Amino acid sequence: MSEQVLAALEHVSLRLNQRDILHDISLEVHPAKVLTLIGPNGAGKSSLLKILLGLEQPTVGKVWRKPGLSVGYVPQRFQLEPLMPLTVERFICLGSKPKQSVQSVLQAVGIEQLQQASLQGLSGGEMQRVLLARAILKRPELLVLDEPGQGVDVAGLSELYQLLTQLKNDYDYGVVLVSHDLHLVMAATDQVLCLNTHVCCSGRPDAVTAHPEYLKLFGLPNIEQNLAVYTHHHNHHHGLDGSVIIDSCEGHTHG
Amino acid sequence: MMDGFIIRALLAGSAVVTVTGVLGVFLLWRRMAYFGDALSHSALLGVALGILLGGQEYWFVLAVCIVVALLMTRIQRRPELSNDTILGILGHGGLALGLMALHFSTQAGGRSLEAYLFGDILLLQDTDVYFALGLSAVVVGVVWYYWQSLLLMTAHPELAQAEGVNTERLGLIYMLLIALVIAIAMRVVGIFLLTALLIIPAATARRLARTPEQMVFIAIVSGLVALMLGLASSLWWDSPTGPSIVVVAVIEFALVQLIPQR
Repeated sequence: MSEQVLAALEHVSLRLNQRDILHDISLEVHPAKVLTLIGPNGAGKSSLLKILLGLEQPTVGKVWRKPGLSVGYVPQRFQLEPLMPLTVERFICLGSKPKQSVQSVLQAVGIEQLQQASLQGLSGGEMQRVLLARAILKRPELLVLDEPGQGVDVAGLSELYQLLTQLKNDYDYGVVLVSHDLHLVMAATDQVLCLNTHVCCSGRPDAVTAHPEYLKLFGLPNIEQNLAVYTHHHNHHHGLDGSVIIDSCEGHTHG
Repeated sequence: MMDGFIIRALLAGSAVVTVTGVLGVFLLWRRMAYFGDALSHSALLGVALGILLGGQEYWFVLAVCIVVALLMTRIQRRPELSNDTILGILGHGGLALGLMALHFSTQAGGRSLEAYLFGDILLLQDTDVYFALGLSAVVVGVVWYYWQSLLLMTAHPELAQAEGVNTERLGLIYMLLIALVIAIAMRVVGIFLLTALLIIPAATARRLARTPEQMVFIAIVSGLVALMLGLASSLWWDSPTGPSIVVVAVIEFALVQLIPQR
């Protein structure tokens, strides 16, 4: 395997309880590239991630990971057990050897003010950034994100993807991102892999959406007639806490 | 000069509240109070087997607790029954079997049934003290060794697994530790009140602690205070010792609730 690959799957299949979860999947994860896995619910996205992370063994096929590969994993957002007393800083450092200061990582994800906050009081968005900070603390070569956009509205998603793109540029890691959103992917994505047990299609974002297999699966002509993408023209955006941040004051005044 | 039986009670009791404090906080964080209850109930079966077959009952209690803990993890994978149902079946099944076996064993080893149900900390032998001290040293050592992994697994199992913690094995180790604690603590407070020592000091500590370590420390201190005041009450007013210890622990919990939350 060439030095230019962080991890690779070769003809991987997974069968559980007489059901095909994954069928003949091959993919490569490259350094400093973004791979987005999309697919409907039950397409096997989570299983594929588990196999890639080495948490599950495929029934057939080969899994290869660069020896000593360091992976930062950002699980789906969750409500932490409210019973364990932990500060954000303590949770971020729990069980890992930090390669940089906690403060700098929290700054990078925009929650430096929460360093000493208790985990229990955090909102979903803040918790996600805490998990992100924890994942990049050890300067991983590969960042794996499981459905970071779940339960996030379009504006929040845009902001999240902007943050992820910026972090990727700063830290220069490869990214594998799983999303059930079939239409909106991160603009910085280098490759989209559309999964429905098998790989339906893959390629750059624009190539995938034009692929006949993709259109057959997700292209819904009737809906496209009825829906359009509406572009908001806001002169402000929202901070993490929901506060309004004015981008520029020209045009009109609030009040 | 203190009497030997009081020194033995203090030594064994301190060992017990130390391990119940250490493991109790995890029981609380993982919402597994009923697990401790079911396991301690089934411990009576171990006692009965010890009497029927002869030998140190500690090992029988330990063996029964381990088997029941393993059975619980096996059955928990079945979707058709909820966890509390499974715990109820195994816990009370073990308790009922133990009561039957005790009833039919005519020579009850010099101890009354009540001693097993409510503890007899003032009647401990030297060997009991050695067992309590030795086994609790094992428990504290193992928890110390796995501390970071245990915390991470408790905070976020999936994350712990992704970062290389063998959560299945660690979960099993945790269950075996609980089994050990039950074997140690049974003599002190008895199987009915054992869960109280696991839960109440940990719950008292939750309100005061800012870190996991503080919570363990406060839970142990709270347990020690309950032990000493409970023993004192038992000596002065001849109140039953095990229940006295638990009542003091409950009073501590109630008092801490009066402190305004930060």
